Parts: sequence; structure tokens; C-alpha cells
Amino acid sequence: MRLFGHKPPLSAWLGLTVIVFYAGIALLAPWIAPYSQSESVAGTWDPPSAMYWLGTDNIGRDILSRLIYGARMTVAVALATTLLSFLIGTVTGFMAAVGGKWIDMALSRFVDVMLSIPLLIFALIILSVFGSSIPVLILTIAVLDATRVFRLARAVAMNITVTEFVEVARLRGEGLWWVMRREILPNAAPPMIAEFGLRFCFNFLFVAGLSFLGLGIQPPMADWGGMVRDNAQAITFGLMAPMWPAMAIAFMTIGVNLVVDWVLSINSRPSGASAQI
Amino acid sequence: MTEIYLEIDNLHVESIAGAVLVDGVSLSLKRGEVLGLIGESGAGKSTIGLSSMVYARAGCRITEGTVMVDGTSARDLDYNGRRAIRGGRIAYIAQSAAASFNPVHTLMDQVCEMPVMHGLMSQTEARAWALELFKALDLPDPDHFGDRYPHQVSGGQLQRAMAAMAMSCRPDVLVLDEPTTALDVTTQIEVLALLKKLIRDHNMAALYITHDLAVVAQVADRIMVLRHGKMVEIGATEQILYQPKQAYTTALVAERSASEHIGVTNDIGPRESVLNISQVVGAYGPAVVVRGVTLVVGHGETVAVVGESGSGKSSLARLVAGLLPRSAGDVRLRGVSLASSYKNRSREQLRQVQLIYQIPDVALNPRQTIGEIIGRPVSFYFGLSSSEVKQRVAELLTLVGLPANYADRLSTALSGGQKQRICIARALAAKPELIICDEPTSALDPLVADEILKLLKKLQDELGVAYLFITHDLGVVRRIAHRTAVMYKGEFVAEGPTKEIFSPPFHSYTEKLIASVPEMRTDWLDEVLARRVAAESLRS
Repeated sequence: MRLFGHKPPLSAWLGLTVIVFYAGIALLAPWIAPYSQSESVAGTWDPPSAMYWLGTDNIGRDILSRLIYGARMTVAVALATTLLSFLIGTVTGFMAAVGGKWIDMALSRFVDVMLSIPLLIFALIILSVFGSSIPVLILTIAVLDATRVFRLARAVAMNITVTEFVEVARLRGEGLWWVMRREILPNAAPPMIAEFGLRFCFNFLFVAGLSFLGLGIQPPMADWGGMVRDNAQAITFGLMAPMWPAMAIAFMTIGVNLVVDWVLSINSRPSGASAQI
Repeated sequence: MTEIYLEIDNLHVESIAGAVLVDGVSLSLKRGEVLGLIGESGAGKSTIGLSSMVYARAGCRITEGTVMVDGTSARDLDYNGRRAIRGGRIAYIAQSAAASFNPVHTLMDQVCEMPVMHGLMSQTEARAWALELFKALDLPDPDHFGDRYPHQVSGGQLQRAMAAMAMSCRPDVLVLDEPTTALDVTTQIEVLALLKKLIRDHNMAALYITHDLAVVAQVADRIMVLRHGKMVEIGATEQILYQPKQAYTTALVAERSASEHIGVTNDIGPRESVLNISQVVGAYGPAVVVRGVTLVVGHGETVAVVGESGSGKSSLARLVAGLLPRSAGDVRLRGVSLASSYKNRSREQLRQVQLIYQIPDVALNPRQTIGEIIGRPVSFYFGLSSSEVKQRVAELLTLVGLPANYADRLSTALSGGQKQRICIARALAAKPELIICDEPTSALDPLVADEILKLLKKLQDELGVAYLFITHDLGVVRRIAHRTAVMYKGEFVAEGPTKEIFSPPFHSYTEKLIASVPEMRTDWLDEVLARRVAAESLRS
């Protein structure tokens, strides 16, 4: 079977299956979850049973239901974050490459400053000051992540701006925005798409990490990072409770990476006229 | 010991995708014989050259045929047997010496590497032999030449160093793959003479691969003409040059001969000027590349600027286009002074000056359709509706000799000549007064380049557009230019009607340039060298 004109290998199909599975669960959460995500239905850390397939958590909520609702929150937040960070990072990165020396200098030095502060510390400060609501969370991670996207977008665009077709467009009198959108973007898209997959994973883990520290998505809303934290104690009693959300995180990350590897391998192949010798 | 040293029989090379690159070519090479392989790009010349060492490039494989090296079938040899042939028995000289040397090792290390690796010589023997080769190849300061790194020597010297590297194992056959194509004409003649001497002195056999008939005529005993991986014709050099049997060979010879005659003889006389360049100076930082140049281009006129690489001719084009800000002087278009940088020019001024580049592949956005590429200047400058733009694109495509339905295609699907036609159509879409042509034909095959030149001439007659034509190729200048300026170290050493430039009295540099262009005679190189020797002895 072919997808977008390419034949994905087995590993990519595996990754795609995982992603589609998670997306389906996230969309259909209220209909397929057996219990509510916030309601205590049984005792603390009850073992898996016919009623509660994966057992219950530290305050007696059904783990399966919380996993299903958690997919919704974790994946949606990570996706929104990555989209926003790519919007900011790509536009500023391209502007730095196309806009001339001074714009490049100003943007690049600002990003250097941002990059010199550890990501987690920076996020912790912002979230402690402004409080951890979902919009603040998304915006903070997006801006921080955009600095990484900026570096790639600028590097890729730098290679394209020196080509003669961009020179032709500039000599025609085209504006900055047109050059960025029509000349640079289509040629920069393949590496940016691959990077999107990777950054999605990082953001996903970052959200989970912040929730684990108590600054991410707030209770009673379920998210996988928070679930690991809530149930971390159980591991000392040899219980499976924190393993379920951890596994969900691991599978999502691996799945996305498998698809990214495939996309990268497509782009590393010679294209068009250069394929034939 | 057999008379025939290398024999290739019924060679087939295919790419992994299934394309046939070489289709049943046979050749034989005696000791001391030079066979020229000639053809356009994609004819399979290099592939045959590499196949003589039983080597196929990544993505290709030899599917059929035999390669006999000194009586043994090389295709039946194992890896080590083949390794002994490569470099040891048959050595390869590539087109781009700069890309073939490792920049972090000295030249001596790289020249000595092969004989030591093959176990033919000790390190000291190899060094002694390398020194001898450096002397034979007339390299400056041969005792210390080898201590330098590749970036510390000139292109011509590097090409000679590669010849030394190929000779280091005292091979029996040299495969020369366009060894002088990347060099300036004045350098080419020196390298060519030395290669010829080397081959003769050591009584070696050689395969000489090139697309330039005049070059191969100087060194080859026989010439094989190739096209699309098949042999067109093989014969003695004189026969190919003077009595070609096949139509394709005749076309090649005719094309090469045409460049030896002046094509634009009609003097168009004085006419209103489009472009006035006066005393213009341009520099990259502290390096001044254009030193006070003055030039006028008239309506419907072609003015060629010719010179070697580094003469500043492309910088002049960039000064006019506003890509390189000028530090002094004035550039006027129809009497109006243009801003130094293109950023400060009006849209109307930008429209009137268009550019055509050397390599059409990078001048076209690979992710835009041809309709978008040509249509954008139309809508940008003239604000036409989308259906009008479509119609204009079709007109332009027809004008440059391409089918109108190409508008939906991506440029990556086209050949080099077709891409250059798209570039011309894009330039014409702006209805410019002046088109700056920066070596528009030098990346193309001779016959394709010929068609592009004819197209440019035809368009000029129809539309009255003026060309500022930047080139290093005197043959192109003769064919297309009304007037010519010869550029040397940032200055014009001669300027005037093409006919006058190419007839005596010459400026000394112009004369050297003209004398360095190979002519279609087998004895041309020997004559030039004899003349040089005579001039030397006269001086002393």
C-alpha cells in the first residue's frame, strides 16, 4: 500500500498504527472510557480486575479511564505546542535568513540568550509566576521550543537564500513575505516536516515532565506525566500502577519516531533529475 | 605481451533503475595509442572510461560484455585482482582536480600513496619518482611543490599534480576524463601540451574523454563518437574531422567550426543607447574586482564581455544588476542613473533589466511549476488576470520553442537546454530592455548551446532586446556579439566591433587568448608550441 506516493516500510506502518490508535482514543474518550476520569470508584491501588482492567490509582480512580482521557490532554497539548512553536520558529528563522544582516543579528542573539538558559528552569520560573493554566503552559513551551525550531529554519533557509532562483525573485522586486512563502518554504518543507515529528516527541515528553513536577496539566484532569507522579509511590510496593502511563508515553514516542525515520529516509533519497546518472 | 593492451567488447552498463547507460560498445587500445571518446553529456563517455577499470559508479552496474586488460579478463577477477588494475595498470584523471584531492593531506603524500599501497615502491622510491614527475610536468619549484596543500596551488597546477598522481604507479593506460574542461583556455593549452608529452614520452595508451572536438584532435590517434550510450562512428582523427561519415558527427564538426567564424557581420551602426556604464568600480571588501570600466550597450545590440575566470566579468554583470553595489562610477539605463543596490531601484527599473544564469538547474525553483515560474513576472509587473497570465505563459513558451502544455510541469523533469529556455522565457516575461546573460551556454552541450544561441539571436531580431553577454568562450563571442570587450584583471584591454577585435592589430592579451583556443586541426597544438619556442629563442 502507498501513502502520499511512497511505500512505507513495516516500521513506519507500526508507528502509524500507534499514532492512529492514540488519536482515535483521544477523540472518542467520553464514549469508550468505562468511568469518569475524576471519580473515585474503588480503593487505593486495587489490583487489575474484571471491573477495573488496569486497577485503580492512589485515590481509587480507574487507571484505564484516566489513561484514555489522558491521551486527550497530553497529545492535544503537545500538538498545539508544536504547531505554535513551528509557526513562530519558522517565520522568525526564515526572516533571519532572508531579511538581512541586522534582523538576523537581533533575532539570533536573542535566541542565543534564550538557549543559554536551561529549558526546564525557564519553564518552571514562568509557570510559577503566571500559574499553570493550559494556555500559559502551551504558550510557554511553544516560545521556548521555537528557539530550537528557529535554529533549524534559519540554517535550512540560509542554504536556499543563496540560490539563484531566490536572487531572481529579489531582483524582480518581490517582498520579504513572498520570498519566504513561495521560494523558501516549499524547498525547506521536507527537513522541517521531519523536525516537526521529533519536536512533537520532545514537547510531549516535556509536558509529561512538567506534569510530573506538578507544574503541567493540573488535577483533576488526567495526563500521563501527572499519573506517573501520582502513582510513583506504588512502585515501592511492587504494583503496576505507574507503569501503565509510563508505557503509554514510551509507545507514543517510539511510534512518532518510527514515522519520522521514514519521512527522513524519503528526503535523503535523491529526487527529480539528479536520481538518474 | 600482446599488441592490443585493452579490449572492451560489447559493453553494457545499466543503472539500477533500468536505464541503459552504455549499450553494446566495443573498443580496443594498442600500446602507445590514444583513443578519443567524444559526445554530449549522458553519452556514456565517463562510464566507458571507468568500465575499463571494471568500475561502475554508485547506482550503476556492468551487465554484459568483456573487459580484457593485457590478455586477462578483468571482469572475472576477484576484488584484489581488480584493485591491482585500478591505479596500478590503468589510472584515472578526473575533470575536477579540486574535488579529487583530499584537502587535509599534502600533494606529495597523495601522489606517493598509491605506489606504496600497491606495494610497487618504497616511500623513498615513490618520493623520488614523484619529484621526477613534478619536473617533467613543469611544476614550479618541484623540490618543494609536494609540501603544499591542494588549496595552495592554482587549478592548472592541481590538474598537473593529478596527472602526477595518475602516473605514480607507472600505469600502462591513462583514462583522462575531461582533464582540461574546467581550466581557462590559456591554462588549458599548457596542461594539454604536458599531458601529450607525458603520454608520448612514456609510450602509454590513453582514453581521452572530452566534449570538445578541437581538444581531442590535438592528442588522439583515433576518435570514437558516442551518443546515448551507443557508438556513432569510429575512425582516425583526420577522418572524423575532415570526412565524418555519420550525420551526427557532421553536426558536431559543423557546430565546432561555426565558432571559428564571425557570425554577426552586419554592422548595426550607431543607435540609441540602452545601457551606459561609465568609470564603474566594484569591490568585494578590500579586493577591487572591477577597475573603472566604461561600456555602452545599444538598443537591440549584443555586447560581449570576454575574459578568463577571475577577470571580473561576472562582477561587472552583478554591478549592472545591482547585486554588487558599485563604489564609484555610474550606471545609466535609458539616460536615468540606476541606484547602486537593486533594493533602491523602482519596480519599473527592475523590470527593464533581467538576468539569465549559467546553470539553469539552480536558477529555477524546483518546487514551482513552469507556469508559476514564467507567470509570476507577468502578474507581478503587469497585473494581469489569471486567465490572461495563462495565455501569456503559453505565448512565451511558444516563443522559446517549447510546447504550451509544459506550463503544468515541474522544471526538474526537463533537460538542461529546456531549462535554459524556461529561464529565457522568464526573463522575456518582464518585457525587458536589457538581458544580462551570464555564461548562459557554458553548462550546456555544444549542440544544445548552439540552439540556445540561435534562439537568443532570433528573439533579439523579433523583440529588439539588448544583451550584455558575459562569457569566457571566444567561439560564442564570434557567433553572437556585435561588439566585444576583452576584460583582464578588472579592466578592459580592448573594446570595439567584434570583427575588429578578432583581426590584427591585437592587444597582447587578446592575442594570447585567441591563440589559446584550440582549432580543428590535428597539428594546431604542435604549431602553437613551436611558435612559442621560436618566440622564446628570439627573446634570448
